[in-house]
This record gives sequence, structure tokens and C-alpha cells, in this order.
Amino acid sequence: MRVVAALSGGVDSAVAAARAVEAGHDVTGIHLALARSPQSHRTGARGCCTLEDARDARRVADVLGIPFYVWDLSERFVEDVIDDFVEEYAAGRTPNPCLRCNEKIKFTAVLDRSLALGFDAVATGHYARLVEGPRGRELHRAVDPAKDQSYVLGVLDSEQLAGAMFPLGDSLKTEVREEAGRRGLLVADKPDSHDICFIPDGDTGAWLRDRIGASPGDIVDAESGVAVGHHEGAFAYTVGQRRGLGIGTPTPEGARRYVVGVDTGTSTVLVGPPVLLEVDTVVGDRPRWCGPAPDVALEGQVQLRAHGDPVDAVIEVVTDDAGATQVVGHLRERVRGVAPGQAMVVYDGTRVVGSVTITRSTRA
Amino acid sequence: MRPEAVAAMTAELTAVGNPSSLHSSGRRARRVVEESRESIAAVLGVSAGDIVFTSGGTEADNLAVKGLYRARRAADPRRTRVLASAVEHHAVLDPVEHLGAVEDAEVQWLEVDHLGRLRVDLLEKQLVSDPGSIALVTVMWANNEVGTTQSMAEIAALCAEHGVPLHSDAVQALGQLDVDASTVDSLAVSGHKVGGPHGVGALVLRRGLALEPLLHGGGQERDVRSGTLDAPAIAGFAAAVLASDADRAKRTARVRLLRDDLVARVTTTIDGVTRNGDPVDNLPGIAHLSFDGCAGDALLLLLDAAGIECSRGSACSAGVPRPSHVLLAMGMDPVVAMSSLRFSLGHTSQESDVDRLLEALPGVVARARRAGPAR
Repeated sequence: MRVVAALSGGVDSAVAAARAVEAGHDVTGIHLALARSPQSHRTGARGCCTLEDARDARRVADVLGIPFYVWDLSERFVEDVIDDFVEEYAAGRTPNPCLRCNEKIKFTAVLDRSLALGFDAVATGHYARLVEGPRGRELHRAVDPAKDQSYVLGVLDSEQLAGAMFPLGDSLKTEVREEAGRRGLLVADKPDSHDICFIPDGDTGAWLRDRIGASPGDIVDAESGVAVGHHEGAFAYTVGQRRGLGIGTPTPEGARRYVVGVDTGTSTVLVGPPVLLEVDTVVGDRPRWCGPAPDVALEGQVQLRAHGDPVDAVIEVVTDDAGATQVVGHLRERVRGVAPGQAMVVYDGTRVVGSVTITRSTRA
Repeated sequence: MRPEAVAAMTAELTAVGNPSSLHSSGRRARRVVEESRESIAAVLGVSAGDIVFTSGGTEADNLAVKGLYRARRAADPRRTRVLASAVEHHAVLDPVEHLGAVEDAEVQWLEVDHLGRLRVDLLEKQLVSDPGSIALVTVMWANNEVGTTQSMAEIAALCAEHGVPLHSDAVQALGQLDVDASTVDSLAVSGHKVGGPHGVGALVLRRGLALEPLLHGGGQERDVRSGTLDAPAIAGFAAAVLASDADRAKRTARVRLLRDDLVARVTTTIDGVTRNGDPVDNLPGIAHLSFDGCAGDALLLLLDAAGIECSRGSACSAGVPRPSHVLLAMGMDPVVAMSSLRFSLGHTSQESDVDRLLEALPGVVARARRAGPAR
């Protein structure tokens, strides 16, 4: 097959490309330029789009002896990922830009362009497995539970999965690092990237304030209704957050207080004891199915954040009065801190069924 | 590299001696350097004493632009203006911008027309208005992207008339055109563009023209440029200049025909192809074409996969495609600029290479059109 290997400049994508080459594919390396004015060097483990990363990606292609190109997707990245990220926060939700990037950039913009140019697939260094099942290609969790990235791929539909290749799904991260060293890939010891790549200093609150503007308001105790503090913008708070509230947590009685609600309309942040965070029903919309949609209530699991544990649940697809599809997860146990805007990814064992964007969560 | 250059360079690589040493092996090396200097000077129509060896074209351009600006401004603080054509190579463009950003130069970019030719009338207007405030004018001899050559004699005469020094980046022109360096005050050339080694070049600098050095040290080159002379590279450079001068007329006539054939065949075979640059006054080996509805990087990828190497003209350090400043200065729309490719032909190019390109290109363009233009 003719394969585009997306090379970030990191160790995972390097080994993924190497394995694609070794499997006999005709591989072309592509580095995605996602930032308009890239920083020249990485600072710690943050970011993934510096000039240094582009050079590292090029060196990987050199070592593998494959052609290498940089594709400028910075404009699409702004439109499809960054603008959406800002809008979601401005509306009081907590988006996961990595899912959005996988859906819109890596497996739409890059995959579409690759297919148009005569390639058959896009290989990435994601830790997830593709399994040919009775009903077509399935997306499954990686064998390395610590590195599994099936959550951030839960937005890919059948067509996108058909053009995807994840050569690392059967490996442990330690094996991948070791293999990179053995193959002479100089990125073997490069740190993993964390956090949001387009916020280089990691200060999401300040980054959002620059773009949304300050919108001061009260921090209100959800149980007493009493204002207990002040904030510069409700959008900077996420349900479940405990640190950085500036209200002298814990309460005078000694109880810890968490953000339990965010209303950007009234610019109010609600805080309260952790019990208010407990939910057992999670509702989401905008479903993306990684195959056929479940037609009956599914006894499966849901995962509510990128590194969260799966929770047993019954998942129902319902159509509301307006004709919009909603997905309801009836959780077998209560969980804490489910923020609107995050993805609820639905699993059936190791298989990813699909994902929805969380709109609300309740407690019976 | 040309075989003459390889022979001259390898012969010198095994020889001992620093050209600046006074002992006999030093004198032997010095002789090689001076004979090289004389050869290059003869081809360029100047005296040997005008040649300042550098590490390449970029250093020669930087030395001329920054060195002339600093020396001329030190001599007369009114000289703050730098006039530069809008289509300069980055080796000139960036030092000029640097002078504007850091050293208070008043940079005036000289417009070109849609073919990339300098608007000499506008240059004259700038020269006439207070020539005493101009530190230097810089106009490249021939453009590296679209191949357009400038009317250097006319431009040089104008600058001379107003007593303003003129620098020209002739890196692309040497070996391709008749370059008479005596017409300008300062001229940059490079070894690898004439089939010599990389990492060596020269600034041809009219004697008597004061210039502030960039590199301070032993003062090996007329106290204008310091650094131990690289005798093997200089010998290879000179051999390449001589060889490329000896066969220039015949070689460039053949390449020009081949290039014209390429342009004619591509534009008649494929719809929506436009040739850029001056169709008459140009470098013989460059065909610069725009392909409607294509992204240049897609064309490049597909052609490379088909075994045909071409270029998008310029790339930034991350290799991110950006519309070329040259094409934008020629008034081209950014999307059209991004749909352009440069095909370079040289002395090894054959009709069969053009045939091979014509075989691959229709399919490549069709496929690139399906993938869409740059956005």
C-alpha cells in the first residue's frame, strides 16, 4: 500500500512509520505544520509543533530513507480546532481538542488529501488497534493500558478507520522506545508530549482570557447561594476543578470545595462539596460512531476523560422531541466531575463503539 | 561538480600549506589562490585585486549590503536609505530587512513589473530625490525563482550618474549569462552554482569603495574579509568558473532550446498552465510554471514519486510552503503563487528528461487538481 506516515517528530510516530516501511508499504513521511508562527524549540514536554520537531521528523524520514514533506494545515487547525476550542470554553464547556484534531485534521484534512493524491492510508503513532471484525473494521483499545489512546480516536467513523493505520496498538510504550533506539531513531529518548499543543506555556486560563476577554463574576456556594469569591471569567473553570479557586478552600467547616457548575451566561461559578459532583447519568449529543450505531441498549462501558477509567454502563440511543439524537449513559456506579463539552466514549469491552459530546449529567 | 573543479580541488586537498604563510608550501598555496583569483577576475571582466573570497554567496551578499551601508553611513550620517529590488534572494532581502529593523535604515523596496523586471523609471525617481541620502542600491542580476534578468547596464549607469554604489547578487547569473562585473560596484558570486564546490564564493568589490568588514581577524582578504583561505575550494571554484565560461555559449544555447521546448510542450499539452517570468530576457535553464487549481507541494510530491525532481522555489526553515515574495511582488495572487513550480535544467539535462516529464505531468496535474489548491 502507499502510506502517508504522519511524523510529529516524536518517538511514537517514528516507530509507527518504521514499522509501516518494514511491513513493505511504500511510505511517505508528512509533518503537519499546525502553528502559524512555530516556536523554535520545545520547552519541556509541551507543544508538538516547533521547528525542532519538524527537524526531528525530517531526520526520522532520513533514517528510514523515505520522502518527507511538510504540509501546512495551520489555517484548518485554527478554523477546526482552535476556534472551536475557544467557542466551547466561552460557552462554559470543556472541550478536548485532541479528539477534534483527530477527527478534523488528521483523519479528514490529511486523509482526504492523501487519498486524493493516490495514497491508501494514513499511519499515525496512536496507541490503538484496528481489528477486522464480522461487521467491518473495528477500533479497539491498545494492549498497553497506560498508553491507550482509543479515547481520542473515538470520533473516527468507518470511512476514516478504513484509511487509518495504527502500527503501535499491539506494543507497550517501553517496547516502542527500545525499538526506536535499536533502529537508530534519534528521537528514542524524547519526552512524551502532554497538555495542549497550541498553548505553549500550559496556562489555559490566561490563554483563554487573551481571546475571550475578562468577564468577571462571582464564585457562589451552590448550597447556601452565598458569594464566596470572585473570578475573571467563568470560562476558565471546569466542573470538578479544586485548585486555583482562590476562595480559601476548604470551607471554614473543613470541607473541600470543588467547581460544581459553570454558567458563562450569568458569569457564575458554582462551588460545593464533592457529593454535588457525583452523577450516574451522562447525556451527550453529536454522536460519532466507529461503525454501526447500537440499535438496542448496549451493556458496555463509558470513558469520560482521556485518562479516565472505564465505567460499566447501559448506553441508550434516544431521539428527542426535536428529532435530535441523544446518547444516554446509565452508569452502574457514580462518578465525579463530569464536565459538559468533554467526550463520553462508548466501549463494548475493548471495542470502541463511538463517542458523544457531553451536554449534561445528573444523579438519580 | 564539474570534473575540472573536482580535479583542481582534489589536487589541492592533498597539498600542504596555508596561503598566508611565508614558507615555501605557503607560497605554493598562495600561488594557487592568486592564479584562481586572476582566472575568476578575467572571466568577470575585473582586476584580480577586486576579488574578495568568501564562504559563499550569502556571505558575499551580507558583506556587501551591511558593509556598504555601515561604511557609507559612517562617512556621512545622512545616508540612511537602502534601495533594494522586491525580488531579491533572501541572502540580500534578510540583511536589508535587518538593517531596517536594527540599524535605522530607511528601506525602500523597488517595484518590479508582472514579468519580474525592475521598474527602472521608479528607481530613477528614487535616485533623483535626494541621492545624498542613499547608502546603496541592490538589484539582483537574474532571479533565482522565475529567471528574469535585469537591465543591469541601464541600472548601473543610473546609479553611477547619481554617485550611489550598486550591489548585484549575480549568484544565479554566473556561468549562465555574460556577467561583466565592472559595470557594478559590488557583485556576489558563488562556487556551487557554476559547478564548483559548495562553501566558497566571492564578492567582487571595486577597489576604493570603503566597506565595513563582517568578520574581524587576520584580514586575509584586503582587510575586508578575515579567515584562513580555503585553497582547495578556491582552486575548484576557479576551475569551474573557467570551464563554465569556456562552454557557456554552446551549453546555454542548448539548454535554452531544451527549456523552451519543455515550456511549449507543457503549455500545449496541459490546460491551465502559465509560464512566469520574462519570456525573453531570462536565465536559460529555468522554467517557472503555475498550474491552475493545484497545490505546488502536491505536484512536487507526485513528481518526486515519479522520479522527477523540481522545486517550489523557496521554503522557510520548517519547510512550510508559503507564497514566494518574488511572485507576490510580480502581482501574483497568493493561491496562484502556491500553485507554481520551478523546473531547472542544466548541462546534464537531455530531451529524454523532458519526454519523461511530459509523460508523468498530465496525470500528476490531474491528481493534484483532485486534491485541490493550497489553502
